[in-house]
Amino acid sequence: MKTIEELHKIRKDKREELDLRVNTKSDTREKHILVCHGTGCTSSKSPEILKRFREILKEKDIKNVRVIKTGCFGLCAKGPIVIIRPEDTFYAMVTPDDCEEIIQTHIIEGNKVERLLCKDIDGNVVDRLDDLAFYKKQKRIALKNCGVINPEEIDEYIAFDGYLALEKVLTEMKPDEVINIIKESGIRGRGGAGFPTGKKWELTKAYEDKQKYVVCNADEGDPGAFMDRSILEGDPHSVLEAMAIAGYTIGANKGFIYVRAEYPIAVQRLKIAISQARDYGILGKNIFGTDFSFDIEIRLGAGAFVCGEETALLESIEGKRGQPRLKPPYPAEHGLWGKPTLINNVETYANIAQIILKGSKWYSSIGTENSKGTKVFALGGNVNNIGLVEVPMGTTLREIVYDIGGGIPNGRDFKAAQTGGPSGGCIPKEHLDTPIDYESLKEIGSMMGSGGLIVMDDTKCMVSLAKFYLEFTVSESCGKCTPCRIGTKRMLEILEKLCNGEGSESDIYKLEKLATNIQKSSICGLGQSAPNPVISTLKYFRDEFKEHAIDKECKTLECKALSKITIDEEKCKGCGLCQKHCPVNAIEGEAREKRTINQEKCIKCGTCLANCPFHAIG
Amino acid sequence: MKEELITLTIDGQEVKAKKGTTILQAAKTVGIDIPTLCFLKDINEVGDCRMCIVEIEGRRGFATSCIQKVEEGMVVHTNTQNVSEARRVILDLILSNHHRDCLTCTRNGNCELQQLAKKFNVLDIEFEGEISEHEIDNLSPSIVRDFNKCILCRRCVATCKNVQEIGAIDCINRGFESCISTVGNYSLNDVNCTNCGQCIQSCPTGALHEKETIDDVWMKLKDPDTYVIAQTAPAVRVALGEEFGMDIGTNVTGKMVTALQRLGFDKVFDTNTGADFTIMEEANEFIERFTENDNLPMITSCSPGWVKYIEMNYPELLPHLSTCKSPHQMLGSLLKTYYAKKEGINPEKIYVVSIMPCVAKKFERQRPEMKNNGLCDVDNVITTRELSRMIKQANIEFENLEENKFDNPMGEATGAGAIFGTTGGVMEAALRTAQDTLTGKDLDKIDFEQVRGGDGIKKATVNIAGKDINVVAASGLANAKKILEEIKEGKADYQFVEIMACPGGCVMGGGQPIKSSKIRSEVDVRKLRADALYSIDEKSTIRKSHENPVVKKIYEEYLEKPGSYRAEKLLHTKYQKREKYQL
Repeated sequence: MKTIEELHKIRKDKREELDLRVNTKSDTREKHILVCHGTGCTSSKSPEILKRFREILKEKDIKNVRVIKTGCFGLCAKGPIVIIRPEDTFYAMVTPDDCEEIIQTHIIEGNKVERLLCKDIDGNVVDRLDDLAFYKKQKRIALKNCGVINPEEIDEYIAFDGYLALEKVLTEMKPDEVINIIKESGIRGRGGAGFPTGKKWELTKAYEDKQKYVVCNADEGDPGAFMDRSILEGDPHSVLEAMAIAGYTIGANKGFIYVRAEYPIAVQRLKIAISQARDYGILGKNIFGTDFSFDIEIRLGAGAFVCGEETALLESIEGKRGQPRLKPPYPAEHGLWGKPTLINNVETYANIAQIILKGSKWYSSIGTENSKGTKVFALGGNVNNIGLVEVPMGTTLREIVYDIGGGIPNGRDFKAAQTGGPSGGCIPKEHLDTPIDYESLKEIGSMMGSGGLIVMDDTKCMVSLAKFYLEFTVSESCGKCTPCRIGTKRMLEILEKLCNGEGSESDIYKLEKLATNIQKSSICGLGQSAPNPVISTLKYFRDEFKEHAIDKECKTLECKALSKITIDEEKCKGCGLCQKHCPVNAIEGEAREKRTINQEKCIKCGTCLANCPFHAIG
Repeated sequence: MKEELITLTIDGQEVKAKKGTTILQAAKTVGIDIPTLCFLKDINEVGDCRMCIVEIEGRRGFATSCIQKVEEGMVVHTNTQNVSEARRVILDLILSNHHRDCLTCTRNGNCELQQLAKKFNVLDIEFEGEISEHEIDNLSPSIVRDFNKCILCRRCVATCKNVQEIGAIDCINRGFESCISTVGNYSLNDVNCTNCGQCIQSCPTGALHEKETIDDVWMKLKDPDTYVIAQTAPAVRVALGEEFGMDIGTNVTGKMVTALQRLGFDKVFDTNTGADFTIMEEANEFIERFTENDNLPMITSCSPGWVKYIEMNYPELLPHLSTCKSPHQMLGSLLKTYYAKKEGINPEKIYVVSIMPCVAKKFERQRPEMKNNGLCDVDNVITTRELSRMIKQANIEFENLEENKFDNPMGEATGAGAIFGTTGGVMEAALRTAQDTLTGKDLDKIDFEQVRGGDGIKKATVNIAGKDINVVAASGLANAKKILEEIKEGKADYQFVEIMACPGGCVMGGGQPIKSSKIRSEVDVRKLRADALYSIDEKSTIRKSHENPVVKKIYEEYLEKPGSYRAEKLLHTKYQKREKYQL
């Protein structure tokens, strides 16, 4: 148990000790080797790297160098990532075998290990993390501590103003004041729908009940999305602190974090964080000696996407089958076990403490008119810098894809980006300059969603894309209401027909009719948004659907039954590389002559295409 | 204080409705019949099927009219272009994943899905696609599950889980693969199902139905060497007419007897007579146990679903159960012993068919305890519904039949036997006999109003021979559970408990004519059928079981007295702890 004064002392001492983490000019004789322990880097052996560093340091009896486990740095494509502070040197794709050299060259000799430094798209070596284009346009609020602190040490969280907001709220503020700050900040729910957070808190506070609950939705389920996971892995205390603030504000003494069991590292770090917070008396009875008591329990999800829907999540916490409830009543009135319940997403909570500390004006100065603050995106697909980015609202898609994401690999063209995962829609090239916020994404037929952002190049078939998302929705539909249970299945069947060349033009109309009716009549957000990928691809790429349905043609290689690979006579130089690589000898033609493809033999594997130096095959 | 009414507009009509009324109910009052499918009043109000969607001005998306409560000034549209297209799509989708073999379906003509298809004039299916295939589970002697007909409305699940608190079935898997299943997808026969059949009553389609055994009856009827006897339970006569378009609660005893005779049964007897024997034995057992304060409260044992329930869930309370067999088992037992001997018929040639409002009786009949000298007391149990099918198959115009009387001797029954078919009836019948026995008088006060009516739990204290007896009648297994918990925890001070597995008792049994959700919303089916039984009782000249001359005669000639060695052997049974899951 710690008093406020003791916490202040920890904060001061620890902050001095950790100054080198955030200050390249830090006046220190220490060095910290930060090893990313997010899920991505962990699965590519970062724990071994950490172990190896420590062994070597011990062997060589080097003092003043500490090896620290951190959360995600964001640039997952370059993992495992090692950063050395205070100089901020960024080593990419490090293996345990590299550790010796890093210690020898960098630590002992004071030189950089050139071969492990990161290169930008133009091939220039960038030795400092902050100099990477990937980070330059980012603004880190929710991810502030990720990659900076050891998430398993509460003192490190405290060092960077951790639990100061909670202290402020409990000792200086009334619940309504907290609500006002949150409302004035303009923050909206980061789970996808964008409901104003302050309003939600206010509504939940207004329902009077002796028992209320605060719930954290950490059931991140969009394919390719890992924002919440990274926050929990990198900065779990920020969520605990915000939940306690929320508990005080709405009048709840109990919180639940509903987190997917598929996030074992996040779960483990949460467990450690909760236990440390309890030890310090930050969770539990009479926090900071006030009347306020609050504790948090973890509930594991079993992998159902629908449990990310707030009412299905509540059912699941209650031990029932994860199925949505009809709304109204909303959880603010009738939530967990029928009690008023506040549910926010991980990323939303991760912003709260800083809004309290830095004020609503600071926060609302970031972003656009109706979408304040930043948004974390999991950038994936056909983009060079795959990873986690946090940008101010209003950043354009172009900036994210090209400046931060480093553009499309292999010199290909941007075709579309999917935001909002299976509930969102695609954004085509003509909308690359759309500033990303809740409204503008909705206007162009997509949605913010929880933050998945998948970039697709021009080799991607949009009918297949729609099919991919429908496959996901069909297997993740809970089966409760008819339109989602049967309707999405029928949509998928039509898409399969189209991709197999068995469709007709009337199928496109059927698809549209199903889509609009499923959207309107499903019970929950999952069903209502399930048709979005189809509606938006139909909106922007209708011709592609027609080509599939009427011409029986897919211009990409994705629909095998419909695609045809041909060699452009004009471009072919007769080098024969395609012929050499074709696994089924489908390419015909004599040496130094233009080649042709025997369509009967061709299996459309695309090997020739990838090997043609003249882009003559398509 | 006058209740405040809410004013709203539905399809342009001003509607006044009480607070708490749903849009569905409010619409009904102005003659608007919003279609529903998963809705089952008080049991399944979940809005899953989406058929009842409506539009409310100023609100995004559709509202679910079976749940949405009326609000002041609400403007509701139940049939806009938007709504009707969505509804049609939804119905089309449901039909697209349904085995549409209506002609060969047991619910042909009484199927809520079929009615909707007719209402919407569905002539083809727009969104054809894969149809789920499921194996039919017909291993239970009572209930057949054919999930190829299931539309996932989950009315059965809600009934089993919430009304009966059994939870033998629930939804498994997700999305299109969702289906209603048991633990580990085992047969209903091998899990915690009590065979009550309330799931059948709640099913809008043919996904759940009784295990039909009328072919065996036909075969025996056509065999000249078999002496086929029918006996009919009290609740059958007040419901059978419904299958022929008659009003709910019409007493068709006479026509039913005639129909059975025409079907070719050698004798048509009345299970009510069996019920009178049950009362003789049960009242005697109660008096003995009451006097000796032995294993009180004594709990009735006529309802086989209930008996299976206690065997599975509260085996430690089994000593409380009366050892009496149920009326049709008693009658069957007497038919193959006393009656066979008296009439000079080889009991092996007798085939007893019980016509019951119940599917659990199909299970009860097969229990090894229900045998005597290697012969089953009862050879076949068919439901009210099955009997109606036999009558139709035999080209009998039921409505126009003359009214005959049951055959003798087992056709003579009392009013006490008749009310066995409703909750509280067994209790009342037993109290009539018990009070005369205990006082040694022929008392006039024989109506025990306290245990009548539709409440799930009815408690009363009756004073008999100067002694207060606390009694309770519970129907529906969730209510049974409450009483058993009280007994288990020692909180109960009852001496006599009547329990029936089905809510409302046998009149609402799993084998009775199936009433649609709409009828169940609008009419108190239980009350109409129960009132018909009370009316039979009221009109009976003899209303106490111990005054039944046939009963008296058979005790004199054969059984000696209630609880005698022979009575114990023929009319009583024993129970066993039963595993819930036979996996």
